[in-house]
Amino acid sequence: MTASPPLSLRAEALVCRRGGRTVFTDVSLAVAPGAALLVTGPNGAGKSSLLKLLAGTLRPEAGVIERPERIAYLGHDNALKPVLTVAENLLFWAGLGAPSRREALARAEAAAAAVGIAPLWDVPARLLSSGQKRRTALARVLASNAALWLLDEPTVGLDAASVERLGPVFARHRAGGGMIVATSHTPLPLGDADVLELGGRA
Amino acid sequence: MHRFANPARFLRIARAVQPWTAAAMAVAFAVGLYYALVASPIDYLQRDTVRIMYVHVPAAWMALGAYSTIAIASLVSIVWRHPLADVCARAAAPIGAVFTAICLITGSFWGKPTWGTWWQWDARMTSVLVLLFVYLGYMALWSAFDDRQRAARAASILALVGAINLPIIKFSVDWWNTLHQPASVFRRGGPTIHPDMLVPLLVMALAYLLFFVTTLLMRMRAELAAQRLEVAAERRALALEGAE
Amino acid sequence: MSGGVFTLVGRELALVWAERGGGAIALIFFVIVGSLFPFAVGPEPQVLLRIAPGIIWVSALLACLLSLERLFQPDAEDGTLEQLVVSGQSLESVAVAKMIAHWLTTALPLVILTPIMAAMLNAPVEVWGTLLLGLLLGTPALSAIGSVAAALTVGVRRGGVLISLLVLPLAVPTLIFGVGVSDPLAGASALKWLAATTLLALAVSPFAAAAGLRAAME
Repeated sequence: MTASPPLSLRAEALVCRRGGRTVFTDVSLAVAPGAALLVTGPNGAGKSSLLKLLAGTLRPEAGVIERPERIAYLGHDNALKPVLTVAENLLFWAGLGAPSRREALARAEAAAAAVGIAPLWDVPARLLSSGQKRRTALARVLASNAALWLLDEPTVGLDAASVERLGPVFARHRAGGGMIVATSHTPLPLGDADVLELGGRA
Repeated sequence: MHRFANPARFLRIARAVQPWTAAAMAVAFAVGLYYALVASPIDYLQRDTVRIMYVHVPAAWMALGAYSTIAIASLVSIVWRHPLADVCARAAAPIGAVFTAICLITGSFWGKPTWGTWWQWDARMTSVLVLLFVYLGYMALWSAFDDRQRAARAASILALVGAINLPIIKFSVDWWNTLHQPASVFRRGGPTIHPDMLVPLLVMALAYLLFFVTTLLMRMRAELAAQRLEVAAERRALALEGAE
Repeated sequence: MSGGVFTLVGRELALVWAERGGGAIALIFFVIVGSLFPFAVGPEPQVLLRIAPGIIWVSALLACLLSLERLFQPDAEDGTLEQLVVSGQSLESVAVAKMIAHWLTTALPLVILTPIMAAMLNAPVEVWGTLLLGLLLGTPALSAIGSVAAALTVGVRRGGVLISLLVLPLAVPTLIFGVGVSDPLAGASALKWLAATTLLALAVSPFAAAAGLRAAME
């Protein structure tokens, strides 16, 4: 297979089964570079499961997914090690995707500044508030340099000012050709975004 | 693959076949036990105690046979995701464990007159003991999860890992045994077994096999029925929540 | 991505280091269990001398089991496992990294402490060398088998007990051959089979553990 990885995200006729239960069937979507998609629906509709399918951590029962090569995912958990500092947490993840340590450091520092946690650079994650932890996780997404961002309830625990600060972050990502797929119970400063509504339980 | 590979068809076949295997089993046991307990010759050294061999040896064979069934079913489960394969593997495990226990207990009774003790750590008995532990671990893994699908996946991986390991365990126990007991304790009707003893042994083995198949079918049917009950209960819960 | 495994191992070591003392528990357990045997069978040097390799091996095996429950659990709980997958790390790499980290932080310290245990149990000095060699060759198999059991049981209540139940039968060959290395007559044969068993365990375990992790994530 010598085809280069796709630039956009595409999914067709996805069927999701978890724990023996069919969560949803026949879900299709397409997100072009620079676009954003908001996934809505009642609890249990499978919004989180859809994001996991798109991230590749869950395999669909049926259907096709074409995803770009570099993906960043933000789930319900922040994936922060309490005993490590913000810097150590961010540098590990940035380092996995960056070509050099210097590049990883630059990305991590820029990301931390963009979400407003630069002052907490050397603070162990266990001392952070839940909002600060969430922002650190968002910084990880930002520092990953990934084309596709999959964000599951990204603003949980964030105050209004922090949420607003994300607006330019999302806009810059999209302007650079990045894509965002997000779920949220509260309004997100995504800009103009398509909406995908997942049905509730039949 | 076929997501719900028609358990209805399997259930129909099982219900039809089961009485026949049960009947054949009864006949095989009748014939086998007659030969084993009455008509076959006594051993030169062990006299009548050798008759336990007819109960003990087929149990060992079936203990391994049941595990092979589990291993093959687990492979099918992993490669083809056939749901009946999981049902088969789970159903076979307790039967295999019981065969293993029978093998150990009858082995103990068989050995007592010769050894003088209730237990000897000889190679075969020790291997069978470890096999029992493997069975128990496998069954415990099935029971450890609320999510049945996850349990099935974990159990099938364990079964295959165990299958790779069993020959190694047997080999290492044999090796260990020659290290600590250079003279073997006694031979259990080794490779040159007289036809008068071989035929009843094979008949008993057939009876055990038919017992395994019959019980397996019964347990699979029971498991599938339990699953249907659970699905129905889940639907009721979902319907109630939808109405609220 | 071998760079991946190296990086992952580095992180595991950094986390253990930051925990300060968590890794020492297995070491203490090793010594305590080994010390139980003289209480149980009597302190006669002749008795202990005969069974010292066995005592050390059993104590090492049990001590290795201790940290297995927490091998994958924290990463599964806090979303790190998902992140590793999304970042392009294969689950096999994750499993290998955990095995290596477990061996370095749990098994290797035990091995280093073995001469002290051997002295306590009156094992003759000639045996010390074979004991060390056997443990060095055999403990990787214990880490490998242990991580398979840990991966299969991620998130299970009381997983630790279940892990022990699963690991112990599978560890019998390693135990037999490992102790056998110290046997004056069969040492060479045991060494050969120990190496083979460990190699097989190392070859198979990453795939079995990765499959277990995959099942846990669904």
